[in-house]
Amino acid sequence: MDMPPLNPSILDRRDEIIAAMRAIVPGEGVIDTGEEMRVYETDGLTAYRQMPMAVVLPSTTDQVSRVLRYCHDNAVPVVARGAGTSLAGGALPLGDGIVLGIAKMNRVLDVDFANRTATVQPGVTNIGITRAVEHEGFFYAPDPSSQLACTIAGNVGMNSGGAHCLKYGVTSNNLLGLEMVLMNGDVVRLGGQHLDSPGYDLLGIVTGSEGMLGVVTEITVRILRAAEGARPVLMGFDSSVDAGACVAAIIASGIIPVALEFMDKPAIEATEGFSGAGYPMDVEALLIVEVEGSDQEIDDLLDRITAIARAHNPRHIRVSASEAESARIWKGRKSAFGAIGRISPDYYCMDGTIPTGALPDVLTKIGELSKAYGFRVANIFHAGDGNLHPLILYDANAPGELERAERMGADILKLCVDVGGCLTGEHGVGVEKRDLMTHQFTAGELDQQRRVKSAFDPAWLLNPAKVFPLTEDKPGVDGPTPDAAPPEGMTHG
Amino acid sequence: MVDSLHPTTEAALADAVAAASAEQVPLEVVAGGSKRGFGRPVQAARTLHIDGMTGITLYEPSELVISARAGTPVAEVERTLAAHGQRLPFEPADYRALLGTDKATPTIGGAVACNLSGPARIAAGALRDHLIGVRFVNGRGEVLRAGGRVMKNVTGYDLCKLLAGSFGTLGVLSEVTFKVLPQPESTATLVLRGLPDVAAMAAMARALGSPLDVTAAAHLPAWAASASGGATQSDQSATAMRLEGFEASVAYRSAELAALLVDFGTADTLDDKAGRAFWPAIRDVAPIARSTAGDADRAVWRISTKPTEGAALLRQIADRLPVRGFYDWGGGLVWLVVDDPQAEECGAGPIREAVATIGGHATLVRGSPAQRAAIPVFQPVAGPLAVVAARLKASFDPNRILNPGRMYSAV
Repeated sequence: MDMPPLNPSILDRRDEIIAAMRAIVPGEGVIDTGEEMRVYETDGLTAYRQMPMAVVLPSTTDQVSRVLRYCHDNAVPVVARGAGTSLAGGALPLGDGIVLGIAKMNRVLDVDFANRTATVQPGVTNIGITRAVEHEGFFYAPDPSSQLACTIAGNVGMNSGGAHCLKYGVTSNNLLGLEMVLMNGDVVRLGGQHLDSPGYDLLGIVTGSEGMLGVVTEITVRILRAAEGARPVLMGFDSSVDAGACVAAIIASGIIPVALEFMDKPAIEATEGFSGAGYPMDVEALLIVEVEGSDQEIDDLLDRITAIARAHNPRHIRVSASEAESARIWKGRKSAFGAIGRISPDYYCMDGTIPTGALPDVLTKIGELSKAYGFRVANIFHAGDGNLHPLILYDANAPGELERAERMGADILKLCVDVGGCLTGEHGVGVEKRDLMTHQFTAGELDQQRRVKSAFDPAWLLNPAKVFPLTEDKPGVDGPTPDAAPPEGMTHG
Repeated sequence: MVDSLHPTTEAALADAVAAASAEQVPLEVVAGGSKRGFGRPVQAARTLHIDGMTGITLYEPSELVISARAGTPVAEVERTLAAHGQRLPFEPADYRALLGTDKATPTIGGAVACNLSGPARIAAGALRDHLIGVRFVNGRGEVLRAGGRVMKNVTGYDLCKLLAGSFGTLGVLSEVTFKVLPQPESTATLVLRGLPDVAAMAAMARALGSPLDVTAAAHLPAWAASASGGATQSDQSATAMRLEGFEASVAYRSAELAALLVDFGTADTLDDKAGRAFWPAIRDVAPIARSTAGDADRAVWRISTKPTEGAALLRQIADRLPVRGFYDWGGGLVWLVVDDPQAEECGAGPIREAVATIGGHATLVRGSPAQRAAIPVFQPVAGPLAVVAARLKASFDPNRILNPGRMYSAV
């Protein structure tokens, strides 16, 4: 993976830069020794590693602002980092930059049940929000698999999803307000406890911008009252065509399940061996469909769903009869990645999205790629929203396998684009898919996105080597410079 | 003399914009024109009409996705969806009665440009939450795509969000793609009568904080209930809450909701037909449109605030200005009409001061062209954000030819 060449003029100033950081963030908030920085050299995409110049861990918005102002004035690149769980290398450091970690800012600031909002600092974990509100029966909806560890700031940066997006949406649909620090140190507020601010939707563009437009320091999210209950049904099919047709028929009938998960045979075998969830072993495709509501509503919806499924040649239908059984059914799905890790030394998790109708065709073609590259593949699919996670099983210690697995992954993602989908549904582009962006977007489309980056950060100091293919030139944007006085016709109408 | 351009293809649209960009001639972008009087008046030598670019281009009911060219009437999109038992989840508003544009046809591109969402906003999300793809022409005349046709997509920056609600100032939309949802099999609307505003806020907060999946909550003070027409017409205030879903489920939740709210009074239930007529009236601001049918010179404001503070906000404004208001979004959306046509700046001072104290933002939705040119129509933006907005505008439209001044005089 290419990264920009190190800038000697920054490296020469290393001691001076670290001293400046220490003046802003005292005590243990600045880390600059190799051993202590080791945990920051990579994220969830462990194939890539790079030690930064220093790691800075501020405790306040003011410190974040002063760190960014210093780096702005001294042309030092900054990579913001939450818990470092990115699977796309979004938090991979730069050798001539600092890592700005927000993990110390981890307090829940306000919970407002009457207005159904929670306001938290950026280092609060995703699950931490739900834990702060569940005593009143509320929860925070987006639930990425890493929710025990990942921070809400990282969720904002990557616009994280989860298994329940079909009904509840992704991060951007559940976000109401942000406090954010721009690269020049200006602290701004977007949104609040109210809905739909006028003017350009900066909250919307910042969400999913992979830490390239600003550093979030406070987040207000929508919290929801949990349904009375939820229960899954497990269904096995002889072919992914039947399973896919069943999914389409459920949705066409007017039912929006809270989760609709698909696993293919290799995924079923791995998870069943690991978790003993009771999955049928004689099928090619498994669906877990979960609905929620009162007991009566759940019974009614599951009756409708199983009636639909019977028209699509199911080999097994098993409605969960108890909470213990529901937990077992989900345990298999939720431990799928760990289970794959047990049957293969390494696996490479892909994250494309496809039109759901294209699933059988895409699975066939992934099967062909699997043969051609000589790697086994297990497929896990959020079938309601089209988000496909093929796991490529390989051995990083075998010479050349990592590179071949990456090439196969790239072929799978290009296939997703070619059938009308996209490179990434919820993991983000990061460094991993940076060079595939030209397969999905035209040069003009990438330039427009890059100009948006320049509008926020003209010198490209915030997480500069991510999302877009590396180029020397940064597009210029006319208009007032970031430090200019605001144009009067905005502040007064 | 204003030139009118009527492209019917995306390529012709791009040519028209590229020519205007090269000549640095400003364009006013118009689709159906039903909301042309919303926003600041645009001074432009050419008008770019996109209502000739019509048609549904993709519809996959089992994938919950629909695409249409930007000039397609909203009614055509809704009809197409309804034939398969589906709908646009965000309930796009029809402002023709409010703005006196009865002969115009609201288009899907116009809905996106204004990012207007109806009563379902609080449960289903805003228009921008369902906009998963766009094709547009930026101010350089380049045809660009953002998003796509799949509902889970974090590939690159989410430019769809920027274009929604940008009033045609960043790009001219040529095609839009939405995530859609099934229509409910059944709808019930529960109505509490005679509640004062403050109690109504509390009742709605309790309902929305319950697990009963309330999909809309509005409060009409007595004046608005009497102007609402239909089943809620009454000289008492009406606090309405909507439940949707399969019939048995709605029946179960109706009973639960009535029980939950019993200390606020006994709720009536509107039948399915009356309920289905009520919510579009709220969406389209009918209480104000009807009660000011002969007084279209009265300014109308739309205020978004913290839901529990809706009544306090209206009270604070009413202490200083002759206004009437009603509430949607569980109290978080306050619609008000200024009953004094001579009020200084349409009442912007007292209204924006109340918003500054309580939180939120106020938009002047109805005013004369002179008023809309002189008074900030949209909430003014703070310093650094104003700079970012101006730079974003420049990044899409460097020659400032697209709807210049429609949102703010500087963009």
